[in-house]
Amino acid sequence: MNKPAPSPTIKTDAVIIGAGPVGLFAVFELGLVDVKAHLVDILDRPGGQCAELYPEKPIYDIPGITVINGQELVDKLMEQIKPFAPEFHFGERVDGLERLTGGGFRLTTDQGTALEAKLIVIAAGGGSFEPKKPHVPGIDAYEGKSVFYSVRKVDQFRGRRVLIVGGGDSALDWVLSLAPVASRVSLMHRRDAFRAAPDSVRKMKELVEAGKIDFMLGQMAALEGEGGKLARVIARRDDNSTFTIEADALMPFFGLTMKLGPVAQWGINLHEERISVDTAKFESSEPGIFAVGDINYYPGKLKLILSGFHEAALMAQAAHAIVHPDKKLIFQYTTTSTSLHKKLGVS
Amino acid sequence: MPKITYIDKDGTTRTAEAEIGSTVMETAIRNNVPGIVAECGGACSCATCHVHIDAAWGAIVGPPSPMEEDMLDFAFDVKPTSRLSCQIKVTDALDGLIVRTPEQQG
Repeated sequence: MNKPAPSPTIKTDAVIIGAGPVGLFAVFELGLVDVKAHLVDILDRPGGQCAELYPEKPIYDIPGITVINGQELVDKLMEQIKPFAPEFHFGERVDGLERLTGGGFRLTTDQGTALEAKLIVIAAGGGSFEPKKPHVPGIDAYEGKSVFYSVRKVDQFRGRRVLIVGGGDSALDWVLSLAPVASRVSLMHRRDAFRAAPDSVRKMKELVEAGKIDFMLGQMAALEGEGGKLARVIARRDDNSTFTIEADALMPFFGLTMKLGPVAQWGINLHEERISVDTAKFESSEPGIFAVGDINYYPGKLKLILSGFHEAALMAQAAHAIVHPDKKLIFQYTTTSTSLHKKLGVS
Repeated sequence: MPKITYIDKDGTTRTAEAEIGSTVMETAIRNNVPGIVAECGGACSCATCHVHIDAAWGAIVGPPSPMEEDMLDFAFDVKPTSRLSCQIKVTDALDGLIVRTPEQQG
């Protein structure tokens, strides 16, 4: 009775998977040819690798810009695409992609969002960012029951003995959130220094001093338990001596890595984990599914942001033909076209 | 040119010639040495070029910078001899350097 109604399907022209620099610029090129776009990204903000891996590192090969850092480029792209009012779905991963019988596609995300679009643009870079899995023998068997890389419901840890491993913000945030909920929270890190917000570190240390949580120096070596239920973690110190931590829930936080993910299951032809495309439309082996930026492959491909921008411009020409089959596309320059000026809000 | 030796988790040894001024990571990638991923391309942002410096070379290579030490929190099997190979610049003094790649990078 109290079941939430399934959220209505969102209908749009194009869905762009990935909101990195190339996905963002695709909004601009599609917008110029009257193709509306929604973007889905697994991260909680725009920018992809630029924002996640090198927000403060300089980029020297954006034409006309001597030097710009990753975050500045993302900010400028967000400003540039504002006139086209793209809609973002952050923190979501596209899991399902099916072709509709009447043409177009239906996508579903891991958060239950459903989108229908006339075309799909995969701009997923190196793939989706996913938590790094520690290389502890047999860890797979515990995942989902006792080993968690993210938290959906704090309540699932009520009354459990939780071991959190890591020294960054994710680790410390969950130590503080779960301390009042779990029966016991232990934090293990390889050193007595943390790359987390100073306030979180201070609060964590207060809890340790008050005896409310445990902190230990070490790294995971082995897991013990049965049938996916964890009983204890064997840890190793720097001097190779070992010790045991009783825990029935384990949360390792070792940052993110990139995985191709569900894209590999959509029946698209791949070349060494990348999507094969033609170099006129940047369309994949599946008509209506395009791929731009680092995720695509063609002879001579260079993984450069500027290559991705070029690919997005050509892709948009093909997208126009799909979304507006009756309209002839007249090539225009943003410098002089009054109709493009209107779209950009500069007329 | 200085020579750098990489020993992988199975004990296989590969030696590559390194350009002065390049990094230990770049030398591995250019010479197709497996065991180093370098997902971020050398920005000290991903910890997937982690190596263990041979005991005899620890003092010559030196310790990680504070930023690199922070990033090592995202690596696995970190030891007191751990470094990120993208942060080690090749000099003449490193001729003969031996590094070991860990079981897992990413």
